[in-house]
Amino acid sequence: MAELTIDGAAVSVADGATILDACTASGVQTPTLCYLESLTPVNACRVCVVELEGSRALVPACARRAENGMKVATDSPRVRHSRKMVLEFLASSVDLSTAPEALRYCERYGARPERYAAGATVSQPVKIDNALYVRDYAKCILCYKCVEACGTDAQNTFAIAAAGRGFDARISTEFDVPLPDSACVYCGNCIGVCPTGALMFSSEFELRRRGVWNEDQQTETDTICSYCGVGCTLTLHVQENEIVKVTSPVENGVTRGHLCVKGRFGYQYVQNRPLEDP
Amino acid sequence: MDLHFTSARASEEERAAIEAAAAQDAVTRRSLVLPVLRAVQQRFGTISPGALNYTAAALGVAPADVYGVATFYKLLRVEPSGRRVVHVCDDIACLGSRVEALIARLESENVAVERSPCLGLCDRPPGALVEATDDSDASAVASATPELQPGLATPTHIGATQVRLLRRIGRVDPESLDAYRADGGYEALRKAFELGPQKVAQEVVASNLLGRGGAAFPAGRKMQAVAAAAARPHYLICNADESEPGTFKDRVLMEADPFAIVEAMTIAAYAGGCERAYIYIRGEYPLAARRIAGAVAQARVAGLLGNDVMGRGIRLDIEIRRGAGAYICGEETALFNSLEGKRGEPRSKPPFPVEAGLFGKPTLINNVETLANLPDIVLGGGAAYAGIGTPASTGTRLFCLSGAIERPGLYEVAHGTTLGALIELAGGVRDGGRLQAILLGGAAGGFVGPDALEMRLTFEDARAAGATLGSGVVMLFDETAEMMPVLRRIARFFRDESCGQCVPCRVGTVRQEEALERGDFALLGEIGQVMRDASICGLGQTAANAIASATTNLKLWQS
Repeated sequence: MAELTIDGAAVSVADGATILDACTASGVQTPTLCYLESLTPVNACRVCVVELEGSRALVPACARRAENGMKVATDSPRVRHSRKMVLEFLASSVDLSTAPEALRYCERYGARPERYAAGATVSQPVKIDNALYVRDYAKCILCYKCVEACGTDAQNTFAIAAAGRGFDARISTEFDVPLPDSACVYCGNCIGVCPTGALMFSSEFELRRRGVWNEDQQTETDTICSYCGVGCTLTLHVQENEIVKVTSPVENGVTRGHLCVKGRFGYQYVQNRPLEDP
Repeated sequence: MDLHFTSARASEEERAAIEAAAAQDAVTRRSLVLPVLRAVQQRFGTISPGALNYTAAALGVAPADVYGVATFYKLLRVEPSGRRVVHVCDDIACLGSRVEALIARLESENVAVERSPCLGLCDRPPGALVEATDDSDASAVASATPELQPGLATPTHIGATQVRLLRRIGRVDPESLDAYRADGGYEALRKAFELGPQKVAQEVVASNLLGRGGAAFPAGRKMQAVAAAAARPHYLICNADESEPGTFKDRVLMEADPFAIVEAMTIAAYAGGCERAYIYIRGEYPLAARRIAGAVAQARVAGLLGNDVMGRGIRLDIEIRRGAGAYICGEETALFNSLEGKRGEPRSKPPFPVEAGLFGKPTLINNVETLANLPDIVLGGGAAYAGIGTPASTGTRLFCLSGAIERPGLYEVAHGTTLGALIELAGGVRDGGRLQAILLGGAAGGFVGPDALEMRLTFEDARAAGATLGSGVVMLFDETAEMMPVLRRIARFFRDESCGQCVPCRVGTVRQEEALERGDFALLGEIGQVMRDASICGLGQTAANAIASATTNLKLWQS
């Protein structure tokens, strides 16, 4: 048990809990981008930083363990400035058009990415090298979630890793070989955790390209995967009576949001329809 | 682990080179990734897809991961390249027309040139490093271009008011253990064994020795914390990845007094209860690495390292590891990751190295100069050592003087000497010129103006003046120097050296360079604030310091 204060309000959390957990427990909404409860925190995006009394620099709420006696400020001028600047840096260098959460944070903190209008960006062509995924690294904020999901946090496939350095750092296969030449097993777990739409199912990408992707019209139906005995929960996203994407709830105790290639992509048999008589 | 490989195959020569480099005892197979990649790079001038696959298979690491490591280090290349590359330093101490002329001439002779950050040869600019796949190529380039003579062809100026750390430099043969012992070498280790590990650490606490790598942490407290840590094994690391622009003190110590570093490491390992020791030497320091390797080899033969050090039943060996072109790997947690065969990305602290460092075990990590003080502390006692300098800044300190100074070189003075007196010791401003600015502490440090000459060189005086002694850089700029190109070079340095892990540093260093370029000084302040507040490690947290000091101390523009 650790007792601390968040913005002056006392809160107690279980041993091992983070400052983020304590913020949530005291009703403080904390922006996060690289954090996901099913993955090891990498605390790379720094959008969740808070001011901790006695600490020279700000600390990442998502990774820092809560300790007795901590005094945490989540809305001080320093915190607001750092969060605003991090969001400006991302919004000015990365295409966030399919990252609604990040865009909401930008609004909340008054980020003005237009201040860096002529600045460097990670703009680059979309990678389409297989039938199931599209990788658009112009939208990548380098949160490392896909690398973790591909690695020891879920799939243990290790098809991708961070490569390069500094502003040139990027997620890559070895020598940037196309996915079909890599170790990729098409589980889609990288797409499941991507917070910006840089990784996308081809089905969604294609509908977006045609301008007909419409989440308001979609229904989500939970079912159990029929392929094996594990019993993964599948969430079928359906638009106009077609399955357009399959996910799994991150809070699900069986999957923690992760699936395999069959559960994720093997749904065609559900919607096989007799060909209409010509 | 079930690994998947592309169809690229290594050649027979590549396989042999990889197998040879991988055939060594290591804590984990993965920790051999960098030594193996370095061996391939050195032998073939590039890391081919086949060699990368073979390395991955030999060490049981996924090829994508090995590629991530290979592309992190500037001295490793994954594209085909020539067998000979000359790295020419165009960093702040070497910046200017001479280096541009050298680069132009080399390029006109069809030599492959790469612009390099500081190579630690600031006392004899322009610095250059010849990288070749065999020695004959290296000498061919060196003789064609006298500026590129490697090593100590032109020894640095050595000066001191109190000669302690530099007492053997240039006087005692750095390649002879006998010469070192004849000069009092290994008496400190013998004394340390007589005192016992706890007493050694107590003496270091009493000496009030503070770390010389830049962070100024009390060395004795660190040593005691590691010694007391329950988890085993304990590791000792000598951080010899000196890369701070303007710094060359550790290079000179390793090149010219390598046995002292080996002895100091042995003492530190003994006091910290460390079973295994590493020295991580900057990739750009070939002579230092050769000299340290020679010293370690001779110490082994003489029973001063190995299974029974000095017949005391103590077991310790020192492994030499080389960097491969990454400033960030001087950050201690990035160095751990580098040693473990990962990308040199810093870790979040806590946990601190004394609890969970290399391979997650208690780790005592100190800079070369910090360790070099240990023999004197053991021999003379901590109290005597604390009598040198000021109460809060004990002992002597090495300063690297470069730029517009009459006698550039390495100087040792007691803490408390004024900046002006140090500069006088090196002959004053070059050609009797007028001083405009001094860069103190390196690119991560800051500029001070001529009004700072009265400042005493201590941790506390520097802090009070809003400056830092950092890694001992004292780089002078006279009235004729243009400062904006210097600031732009510093901004480029941090952009190039950011590891890319966290947003404030990865994007902030780029935005800082852009804002400086277009003169948006208000924005510079905002960018500096988020880098200082929200970056993971010291690189990002200090990347705006020098540029900020240009407005506060040099008044180059209104903030």
